[in-house]
Amino acid sequence: MAPSQKYQRNGLVQMSLNSFFENPERLNRWIDIAQSSFLPLLKGALLYSLTIAIAAFFIGLIISVLTALARLSGIKPLIAIARFYVSIIRGTPLLVQLFIIFYGLPSIGLMIDPIPSAIIGFSLSVGAYSSEVVRAAILSIHKGQWEAAYSLGMTYWQALRRVVLPQAARVSIPPLSNSFISLVKDTSLASVVLVPEMFRKAQEVVAATYEPLLVYVEAALIYWVICFVLSIIQDRIENKLDRYV
Amino acid sequence: MITITDVHKQFNSLHVLKGISLSVEKGKVVVIIGPSGSGKTTLLRCLNALEVPTSGSVQIGDVKLDFSKKVERTSIPKLRKQTGMVFQNYNLFPHMTAVENVMEGPVTVKKEDKEKARAKAAALLTKVGLGDKLDHYPAQLSGGQQQRVGIARALAMDPQVMLFDEPTSALDPELVGEVLKVMKELAQEGMTMIVVTHEMGFAREVADEVIFMDQGVIVERDTPSHLFAKPREERTRQFLQHLK
Repeated sequence: MAPSQKYQRNGLVQMSLNSFFENPERLNRWIDIAQSSFLPLLKGALLYSLTIAIAAFFIGLIISVLTALARLSGIKPLIAIARFYVSIIRGTPLLVQLFIIFYGLPSIGLMIDPIPSAIIGFSLSVGAYSSEVVRAAILSIHKGQWEAAYSLGMTYWQALRRVVLPQAARVSIPPLSNSFISLVKDTSLASVVLVPEMFRKAQEVVAATYEPLLVYVEAALIYWVICFVLSIIQDRIENKLDRYV
Repeated sequence: MITITDVHKQFNSLHVLKGISLSVEKGKVVVIIGPSGSGKTTLLRCLNALEVPTSGSVQIGDVKLDFSKKVERTSIPKLRKQTGMVFQNYNLFPHMTAVENVMEGPVTVKKEDKEKARAKAAALLTKVGLGDKLDHYPAQLSGGQQQRVGIARALAMDPQVMLFDEPTSALDPELVGEVLKVMKELAQEGMTMIVVTHEMGFAREVADEVIFMDQGVIVERDTPSHLFAKPREERTRQFLQHLK
């Protein structure tokens, strides 16, 4: 790039930034939009993004424990089904999965509303990814724990529920918290299946005001604050579970 | 009380138990000794089906399992309820306090009332000298204390037989005594016990019978005074020689 061109380009950026800050009307407009859009965005975040994330996470956890147990069962058909499920979910984009559920399934007569569609999609995703975490956590529990439980006359399910899973839960809390925090951010994908969650709300505000920078940064800040609070909760839980080690 | 007949155990090509038959009367203390790899721990674990024998039968009390045929899944827990097991590495449940460890079997397996089970667990822990540690987690206890909780946990199920798998091998030398003392008291109360151990002093003093195993077979069984003083078999003699 010639020096003169470089100078010119810098000058242009300089000029537009100056014109923005020297224009008090634009600044006031930003403050107005930020104020009026904050509550709708927050409502979208709490009512939809966070609620869908929590619902999908709990359903996904159940799926992941069942998948992990299937993988560890030693029963070949169960192992094959579990592997196939994990492979499909991990090998395809979440966005595509959501499209298939919401826009694809109606072609075979299966109409699912936006929110259930999103919950199904996210649950399947959490179930597949977390099953690996849960499987590793179960495997990390010393064989002697199973044996001690069995020696008391426990059945497989009793040993699992009373002895192994509580310990596996402790091991898997840090990675599972990370998946939950990722999930909260991934709920923005639900905007494409018409769920009125925060990111969709933000897009609507942008369409009305034509201020993408302001509104999207505002949405990003709300996501960040939510995830920050979640990571504090994660620390609390980890400290609580650490008491006996 | 215990009758095992022609028990074999194979891990793939490795033949660990080569036809063990043994019977133990009620109230007797049997100590199994032998070099590592002799199959003594495997034999003990076959008694409560933590290892499933390849063939042969195991009878404890009135529960008999014939492993030469197909064994029903539900009968294995029945066999285990007859036995209490104490492990080399204690295997306490780390997420439960001492008293919770001891009441876990009665509450989960026998569906006993929680408060009753807690009272009984507290009594058992007091008996093994840990009445002041009820609410301690295993990580807050010494090895000897953990092993005594392990003994109380096994006793809580009111087993017919107590199985001890090298209960003092993981302990620091100064903690061995407190565990052996509890085991001696149990023997004096008339508990039927099968003990795999390297503690020859315990075998001499407490055992009614000592079994020497090598390479998957019972080489010799006798009273401790006979077996230690004048072993009949050359292999037994060599093993005892090495210990000195």
